[in-house]
Amino acid sequence: MKLPLALRLALRELRGGLAGMRVLVACLALGVAGIAAVGTLRAAIGHGMTREAAAILGGDAEIQFSYRFADADERAWMTARAEAVSEIVDFRSLVATAAGERTLVQVKAVDDGYPLVGTVTLTGGGRLADSLAPRDGLPGLVAEPALVARLGLAPGDRVELGSAAFRLADTLVAAPDALQGGVSIGPRVIVRRADLAGSGLLAEGSMFESSYRLRLAPETDLAALKAEAEARLGDVGLQWRDRTSGPPGIGRFLDRLGAFLVLVGLAGLAVGGIGVASAVRAHMEAKTATIATLKTLGASGGTIFAIYLLETGILALAGTLIGVALGAGVLMAAAPLLADRLPVPADFGLYPVPLGEAALYGLLVALVFALWPLARARDVRAAELFRDVATPRRVWPRPGILGVLALLTAVLVGVAAWRSGVPELALATAGGVAGALAALALAAWGLRRLARRVGRGRLARGRPALRWALGALGGPSGETTAVVLALGLGLSVMAAVGQIDGNLRTLVSRDLPARAPAFFFVDIQKDQLDGFLDRARATEGVSGIETAPMLRGIIAEINGQPAGEGRSHWALNGDRGVTYAAAPPPGTVITAGEWWPEDYAGPPLVSFAAEEGRELGLKLGDTLTLNILGRDIVATVASFREVRFETMGINFLMILDPASVAGAPHTHIATVYATPEAEGPLLRTEAEAYPNVTGIGVREAVGRASEALAQVSAATRWAAAATLLTGIAVLIGAAAAGERARVYEAAILKTLGASRARILASFALRAALAGAAAGLVALAAGAVAGWWVTTAVMDGDFRFQPGTALAIVIGGAGLSLAAGLAFALRPLAGRPAATLRARE
Amino acid sequence: MGSPPVIALRDVALTLRGNAGPVNILSDVRFDVARGETLGLVGPSGSGKSSLLMLMAGLEAATAGRVEVLGQDLTRMGEDALARFRRDHMGVVFQSFHLIPTMTALENVATPLELAGAADAFERAEAELAAVGLAARRGHYPAQLSGGEQQRVALARAVVTRPEILLADEPTGNLDGATGAAIIRLLFELRDRHGATLVMVTHAPDVAERCDRVLNLRDGRIERLAAAAE
Repeated sequence: MKLPLALRLALRELRGGLAGMRVLVACLALGVAGIAAVGTLRAAIGHGMTREAAAILGGDAEIQFSYRFADADERAWMTARAEAVSEIVDFRSLVATAAGERTLVQVKAVDDGYPLVGTVTLTGGGRLADSLAPRDGLPGLVAEPALVARLGLAPGDRVELGSAAFRLADTLVAAPDALQGGVSIGPRVIVRRADLAGSGLLAEGSMFESSYRLRLAPETDLAALKAEAEARLGDVGLQWRDRTSGPPGIGRFLDRLGAFLVLVGLAGLAVGGIGVASAVRAHMEAKTATIATLKTLGASGGTIFAIYLLETGILALAGTLIGVALGAGVLMAAAPLLADRLPVPADFGLYPVPLGEAALYGLLVALVFALWPLARARDVRAAELFRDVATPRRVWPRPGILGVLALLTAVLVGVAAWRSGVPELALATAGGVAGALAALALAAWGLRRLARRVGRGRLARGRPALRWALGALGGPSGETTAVVLALGLGLSVMAAVGQIDGNLRTLVSRDLPARAPAFFFVDIQKDQLDGFLDRARATEGVSGIETAPMLRGIIAEINGQPAGEGRSHWALNGDRGVTYAAAPPPGTVITAGEWWPEDYAGPPLVSFAAEEGRELGLKLGDTLTLNILGRDIVATVASFREVRFETMGINFLMILDPASVAGAPHTHIATVYATPEAEGPLLRTEAEAYPNVTGIGVREAVGRASEALAQVSAATRWAAAATLLTGIAVLIGAAAAGERARVYEAAILKTLGASRARILASFALRAALAGAAAGLVALAAGAVAGWWVTTAVMDGDFRFQPGTALAIVIGGAGLSLAAGLAFALRPLAGRPAATLRARE
Repeated sequence: MGSPPVIALRDVALTLRGNAGPVNILSDVRFDVARGETLGLVGPSGSGKSSLLMLMAGLEAATAGRVEVLGQDLTRMGEDALARFRRDHMGVVFQSFHLIPTMTALENVATPLELAGAADAFERAEAELAAVGLAARRGHYPAQLSGGEQQRVALARAVVTRPEILLADEPTGNLDGATGAAIIRLLFELRDRHGATLVMVTHAPDVAERCDRVLNLRDGRIERLAAAAE
């Protein structure tokens, strides 16, 4: 019986107009729209990637080996089970023009079956097979436009890979499997594997990956085939992927980025939540007389609570639905533009799951933030309501409400953690938002106290505008708290992103040691090493060379147990560089254990990096099973060494005793220190003599990494800007809600003889002070978040970004000032009589 | 009346625009108030008493006629000039007190002095609060004070600058009888102490009787202007 009455009364309340509750609708709409848009984009990419899964993979399944090709048995196994098999080899090399210019490229050497699924699109519109076919005595090569532009090439030009010559046949527009792998270090070129014969590339011990793509009968049980492959071919040197494995490389990265942006969106929704709380609080205060009258007439606290909960719920639902429509609508409108720019396929459409998720977040946030002020009205006595206009007594909601509040918050955080796929980050975000809110609430309290103290002190004497501003900031109205919380949280997200962004952008280049090598040279064959070193030493400007034998190995097991079981560490992700040495390399610091004798020939021993060893829980005497070129070596940890990877010199996670890898085919790696002027001649002289050797320029690699990071930063900045937009909406809402009070205040001040300029100065001061305070707290919160992400997540050194910081504080004060001034016009313009009469 | 009038209204009219169209509030109002005089404005609700007081305070602009106060024509003055004029010459008391909710009692009283640039604004405000018996409530916000206390703060604020003119708009309208009587007693005491000219809107016959003259308004026109005893 109570609910229909409450509903009827709630509807009657709504009939009276939305007034300040428009802010609630706007805040939720903005917050939900951002999440709905990002969620829909994430779903569109997910669907696009799933639809194109086979094409992206290049077949129904793929078996990949590192640094080796499949042997005859393995090939036979594949051929027996697949309708077609295609072999692809992926590696880095230097491409050289006829003029002797060289640059690093990512080579894909394919067979005639490539691509098994989909087609390669070339600028000239021809078929890949035709382009790669020999003409004028030279096999064809197709390259990404970036390479053509960089080297100033034209179709038909001669280029060399290793010692093999090719003809640039066409430029690459799109390859179906282009999303395989991560960010490549150079532009991609495609050649036929057969045409690399005699190039000197892909020799034993070289760094390359071979992939075998399988086209399978539609009824093939992929899971069963995978199990059979791992059992038959299986060791950890094999990597299996099939079309059900989920998006590879960039797709997975975009999914993670999408999840992260949803979390930023949730932080934005929390800002909207402040708007909800402020709007509901102001609404309940405006309804004090109504509530008091209803209570006087016999309405119970429960009825009052139900009326306003329903009213808020109806408006929250409206705001949420507007947000969902807005988010989906904006994304659909931008779909043609986005489809052209996204590096991945996306099926734009209306996806109920992300839209429902956004709506759920919106309603949960609305409830979480509205419950407290709603509950307050329930538990206040009618007599108190009649006189409790300006200084609401602090009333704690009853335990049941607090329980519901805790439950809703847990559901909100839980859903975010579950749906994001990165629960740690979701929980950290929730913790960060809660921490920032607590800090901001404390700051608002401190600001009010300080304003009261200073306002009554000598500083404000004789400065009425300042004293009124301080009086208003420190006074009983909740405006200060609302502005500091909403603007502060929005700015906190901006500040955090600014600090992370600044660190991210400079992390790579900044962390370059003062003496960084100019080049890494890989794939130096044993018989080339002496000549290579002689040429390097003879080059003017070369100041140092380090070299070491180089193998690649995967840590398969630790103490006989699968290495990844119960552990997550970068050292266990894929293969790592391994070297061997009879004596400790110069400068080695042994932190535990002992180095083996130079003539040691016993069971394999390994010296492990101390810090990483500690992180993996290794101790002396533990055994590591290393898979090197398909062979398992069980090595005992004999010592731990201090390894400083940040020096960018030759640093290996693991050094084996020479006997343990004796006979394993391998190459050498060299780092060369040189002046920038010496880089060109050095690369030329080494590449001319040893075409199979690949030189990777550190400067160029850093530039590419920075470019990739800049794109991530841009996406994050947009998401953070959306959060700030919600903050501004709350700010405008707070300023609008306070306008009536300011109109009244201005009328009294005018009556007492204050000029409009003085009143304006007072209004401007209070807005700027509140904004600056919000900016300062945001700065601190942002710096803490930035420090945590930079040090704990990115494992880098945090450096405070003063430029961003200044922008945040000035931005906070400026935004608050703008909103304050915009809503000061009406109070200043009106004649006092009408205002004062209305209050009589 | 040998000296010029402190307040002189000449053919004053006030028309306000409402949703239903223009409403004539005051018409053909003409009267003088002498220095030190106490004038009571009486009349039924809606007769224009408060609007007339607002005109005299420069809070409302006449649509016709002249409103001269201390020889200055308020109808020719801008908003800020009017504000300064009130600051220097007037104190206003309202039925609803109109204290600034974000300021304490002491700050409310000190504000006009601060506006006037008084270095000892707070000391004088404190003395004035003590004079109205509220020294102990100086740190309280308006919402923490009773109606009678709020009106006493408003009275202190009105007289703290020692204005030549005191304008009071039904100062007891929101108060109970005993409190209202105390406020009126205080108002007249303050007027006597500071020698100000007092114009007061009132519904109470006994309050009107204490005035030197009473101006009776009906439908926006002066019905009668006579000595209170009459």
